[in-house]
Amino acid sequence: MNPVSKRRREFLGTAATIAGAMIAPGVFLYDYAHGKAPGEAASGKVRWGMLIDTTKCASGCRDCVDACNQENGLPGTTRPTDSQWIRKVDLKDLKTGKAISAPVMCQHCADPPCVDVCPTGASFKRADGIVLVDRHTCIGCRYCMMACPYKARSFVHEPTTGQKPDVPRGKGCVESCTLCVHKVDRGGTPSCVEACAAAGHHAIVFGDLNDPQSEISKRVRAVATTQLRADLRTDNGVRYQGI
Amino acid sequence: MATPAISPASARRVFWALAAAGGAVLAVALGAAHYMEQHGHIVTGMNNQVVWGLPHVFAIFLIVAASGALNVASVGSVFGESGYKPFSPLSVLLTVALLAGGLLVLVLDLGRPERLLVAATHYNFRSIFAWNMILYNGLFVICALYLWSLLERRLGKFAKPVGLAAFAWRIILTTGTGSIFGFLVARQAYASGVIAPLFIALSLAWGLAVFHLAQSGLAQLAGEAMSEELQGRVRRLLGIFVVAALYFVAVHHMTNLYWAKQTAFEHFILVTGAPYPVLFWIGYVGLGSVVPLALLFHPRLAGPRSTALASGLVSLGAFALLYVFIIGGQAFPLEIFPGYEVASSFSDGKVDAYAPSLPEFLLGIGGLAASFLIALVGVHALPILPLEAFARPAAAPAK
Ligand code: SF4
Ligand code: SF4
Repeated sequence: MNPVSKRRREFLGTAATIAGAMIAPGVFLYDYAHGKAPGEAASGKVRWGMLIDTTKCASGCRDCVDACNQENGLPGTTRPTDSQWIRKVDLKDLKTGKAISAPVMCQHCADPPCVDVCPTGASFKRADGIVLVDRHTCIGCRYCMMACPYKARSFVHEPTTGQKPDVPRGKGCVESCTLCVHKVDRGGTPSCVEACAAAGHHAIVFGDLNDPQSEISKRVRAVATTQLRADLRTDNGVRYQGI
Repeated sequence: MATPAISPASARRVFWALAAAGGAVLAVALGAAHYMEQHGHIVTGMNNQVVWGLPHVFAIFLIVAASGALNVASVGSVFGESGYKPFSPLSVLLTVALLAGGLLVLVLDLGRPERLLVAATHYNFRSIFAWNMILYNGLFVICALYLWSLLERRLGKFAKPVGLAAFAWRIILTTGTGSIFGFLVARQAYASGVIAPLFIALSLAWGLAVFHLAQSGLAQLAGEAMSEELQGRVRRLLGIFVVAALYFVAVHHMTNLYWAKQTAFEHFILVTGAPYPVLFWIGYVGLGSVVPLALLFHPRLAGPRSTALASGLVSLGAFALLYVFIIGGQAFPLEIFPGYEVASSFSDGKVDAYAPSLPEFLLGIGGLAASFLIALVGVHALPILPLEAFARPAAAPAK
């Protein structure tokens, strides 16, 4: 090999390492910090996710749903026009007849179709994997609702009442589970997770999928989990156990 | 030159009567849109499962037909068929009118229509929707130049290149419109590569049907303008386009049936899921395709009247097909858990009911009225037709 191409190879190798360290720090440099200072940008080192253990989720229990409605100032009514950020789905295996109950919410896809289709960029994914709607740039076209494979989004059909200061909502915009971003950014945990644990079910684990020491990472390594409609390759941040 | 059917003075009266009627319908529609904006979409039949309703049926019809309305101009100036040339300006004008009407409906159906400026300044280049906005605006510009080159004798030499650009642009545009649906990978009803060519075939048929309706309507007022021979060609062309559209619709459903996991959806849309099978078979296939084909091709039926009737039926069939495609496609439950029977408070596993409300219907009709008005004013203000009686009546000395 001539010296020039050798040098070039070495240079490319170094450059790739540096670029790798900059682009995908979550892979190379683990970060243990949870929570961030106000005004600090979301960190790409973190990938927030949830693991839902359906074997622990009781059919008929709505603790997570109620907690979400409470936390985010949602009315909690279930007309076809009402917002439901999280819902309980009752499943029956068509072959075996096994019954399963599981909450379904925005899956915080790594490759979110809602973000791809949004004409204004109002739907966006933060560096830490949380998918949100910017209420100020959403024009209410509902294309994201057409694109979401999980029916995770709701359109605000009426003027809102009882809004929470941390959770702005507005008529004519689309909204969905924010993973309680306002709490997570202060080092907290989503309300559904807390409520489920407080009721003694512990069916939802929340944490950083990029941190190999986190409980969620350990569990995902140890047990078989699935992503809903994995065939679509949206690489969901929410995983299910027992489906 | 054909003889005008009515005097210039009566033509003027008819113009104002039509303009008043169109304006009234448009005013009602704007009122309905305002009402929807005030109260939110709660006053429509739409919900969190059927998120696009009747306004989208109207909007997509108008936008798809807009592209097809350019057929006659394309045949005239791109493919050099001189017989069509006198009708090229009308064809281009209709494209502009239909596109504007469709976009009006689309915009007024937004949850936040007042944020149009946001949509114009924030672009997500990965979004087909954002691309379409560029394509729609581009078509307006190209059509304006095209019209200019057709009407201004000195610019005549540009008509061919601009016409060619318009032809290419509208094929891309209709591909883009189809792709709004074709790229929805998760939805059984839409994810398919056939949708783009299907939309192109539909646009050819619907656009020509609308063109024919407009042209024969004008001829009623201002004298017979199309020769028998040309009428025969339009008739055959429309027939061919209707068959092509049917073919692509069939291919779309066949490919869906071929993939085992879509059979449940096809069974729903074609057999069990009232009202969609009725709209599909009787509305689109029967009244919207087979009957028009008989009217167009049966030697005993063929004539100017039946061509106009066939055009009207093709347009009505278009609405039936779009209703099935857009609303039926959403009413069928998304498959999130394959292999499971599902139930929830959010319509999981359940076919959703959708009943359009009056305001959204009025908004849709308003799109038609807006297109009608733009075409009417265009015909009035520009020398669109080779007819003295109807074109530019305002230029006649006012007394
Ligand atoms: S689940 Fe739906 S709304 Fe959430 S990120 Fe994925 S595509 Fe977007
Ligand atoms: S409804 Fe809002 S968030 Fe969804 S695609 Fe349209 S602009 Fe984006």
